[in-house]
Amino acid sequence: MRMAALKRLFRILFDRAEALFDLAFGQQLNPFAWLGALGWYFFWIVFGSGIYLYVFFDTGITDAYTSVQYITNDQWYLAGVMRSLHRYASDALVVVVVLHVMREFSLDRLRGKRFFAWITGIPSIFFIYICGISGYWLVWDKLAQYIAIATTEWIDTLPFFGEPIANNFLNSSTLGGRFFTLMVFIHIFAPLFMLLMMWIHIQRHARARVNPPRQLAIGTAVMLVALSFLHPAVSQAPADLDVVPTELGFDWYYLFAYALLDSIPGGQLWLIIVGGFSLLAVMPWLPPEKRAPTAVVSLDNCNGCGRCFDDCPFGAISMVPRSDGKAYDSEAVVNADNCLSCGICVGACPTATPFRRATAIVPGIELPDHSIVRLRGDTLAASGRFSGDVRVLVYACDRCGIGPDEGNGAQIITMPCIAMLPPSFVDFVLSRGLADGVAIAGCASEDCYYRLGDKWTAQRLRGERDPYLRKRVDKSRLRHLHARPTSRRQHHRLLQEFASSVAQLPPNPPRGGRRDA
Amino acid sequence: MHSALRFLLQGAAYVAMAALLGYFATLPPYEYGNAGLASVKVSLSHAANRVRPCVQLTQEEIAEFAANMRRTETCERERLPLIFELDIDGETIIDLRAEPSGLWNDGPASIYERFEVAPGTHTIAARLRDTARTVGWDYAREETVELRAGLYFTITFKPETRGFNFQ
Repeated sequence: MRMAALKRLFRILFDRAEALFDLAFGQQLNPFAWLGALGWYFFWIVFGSGIYLYVFFDTGITDAYTSVQYITNDQWYLAGVMRSLHRYASDALVVVVVLHVMREFSLDRLRGKRFFAWITGIPSIFFIYICGISGYWLVWDKLAQYIAIATTEWIDTLPFFGEPIANNFLNSSTLGGRFFTLMVFIHIFAPLFMLLMMWIHIQRHARARVNPPRQLAIGTAVMLVALSFLHPAVSQAPADLDVVPTELGFDWYYLFAYALLDSIPGGQLWLIIVGGFSLLAVMPWLPPEKRAPTAVVSLDNCNGCGRCFDDCPFGAISMVPRSDGKAYDSEAVVNADNCLSCGICVGACPTATPFRRATAIVPGIELPDHSIVRLRGDTLAASGRFSGDVRVLVYACDRCGIGPDEGNGAQIITMPCIAMLPPSFVDFVLSRGLADGVAIAGCASEDCYYRLGDKWTAQRLRGERDPYLRKRVDKSRLRHLHARPTSRRQHHRLLQEFASSVAQLPPNPPRGGRRDA
Repeated sequence: MHSALRFLLQGAAYVAMAALLGYFATLPPYEYGNAGLASVKVSLSHAANRVRPCVQLTQEEIAEFAANMRRTETCERERLPLIFELDIDGETIIDLRAEPSGLWNDGPASIYERFEVAPGTHTIAARLRDTARTVGWDYAREETVELRAGLYFTITFKPETRGFNFQ
């Protein structure tokens, strides 16, 4: 219950922030919708700039500082900028990853079968910090000295090591290159492990978004380069193990936990961190998600066209050789472990149409809890309930926040994802005169709860993706709405605007036309 | 919304992000320790004597071993703890017992402490017991030293040299 309240609070806060960013970027370019892709983008900037810096970096402890000074001062125009990009993109990576985690939590996109991406994302966070902390170590300035001392003293609070590791940094006479070489090694290989974890992280996502839109990528790159010139990353005084590194310029994105060591014993901080990661790891099951019945294939009605396979955002459908002897090459098979019961496959199936009369309406694939027969029945029933002059029928996804009580005289039918609605239903409603206008209400653009549902819906309605909306449909009677879940005022306004525009149109169907199903 | 206004708002968002990144990348500064004090580090790692002394084997016992496994004495693995005290100007700052490491208590015991002291002249006395004795010390050193603000003073231990080392 508390977890649900926390999610709700986060959702409201994110919705408010995202609505502000909508004003500047629009929904399609809203950075909040691209946090994961931005994470990848920042990773590649850090990776690329790191390779360039390594060319000039001396990996010996005695010359590391001098080489970083060369990078920063002598070749400030390129290597210096690369160093700044390396730092700021690393910091930006932390920012977007923290926001990404909080936002996915607020959207409840971690529970049930989505646990895989959540769980595999946790090691990436660990590796981000290993990379960042080891990177600061390599500069071997005053901050690096502090990190070396604080880290080894902190590790020494664990009961695993015989001789204190902090002995390596007691004073200048005990300083050796052994530990420094280890850090160089870690700083090179940790990003590779991190990349592996990031790759695993997206394995259950078909068409994973690993690149932000071009405008966002350019804007972000310009911002980072400008910051690098205006506020370049510089070293602090060189490390001297005989001198206490007192006042330090501190990268709070990576080192905030170190500041806690002033007030919390190292052992307790380990407990907090291990406890925090453990809590993150069990979150997908707090509480366990009720499992909706997964999609089922009706082989008699499946012609193996593969549209459901193409459209499934979670790789839950595979096409296998035909097993029933029919003259088709393949048939769809649902992997229930990956299926989130979103129904996007149903909306993609050309046999999911309300027009069929000769045979029973059983599409090639559908959700047992949300059959096409039921959707057709709900549509007809909703049409019969209109009482006002303007008859607007709204098909809405469960997640967009538009519920049956939305009012405005509109009749609302909800479903797990708006992409579950076959475009033929719009044609069905308007050609049969069941409503004067049809609104399709999904999640915010590029921010579908089921990843791709809103995008596929938009493409189907525009006639860019199979199954297409028939050209005969009067587009002035159709509106695709994108709403944020907690913005009720926005929902009312969008529906009101659409109802007003429909009111300007002649009645549907034109006089003399039929209004029954 | 007008595209120019949208462009301006985007610029403002990027500036805000840059300010956020640039500021917290170095600021606010972090105060580590107290610049007006000296910092003393004590670090030692040393294997104390065994709980029971090694026993010399007889020729008959040695002969019972395989030729490549023969040894002249047999020893139990468990070691004693280290008892360590450190006084500064007559006041005991550290008084601890460090248990040997290892699953069988057969490894070296380690001590690592760091604390701050007012700068100036101080008399430092370090004492260590690594045997079963209950009175007196196996290693001890007392010295008057000058501790300077903002600098480390380290106390280490190496039995093969003079025992304690003040630096």
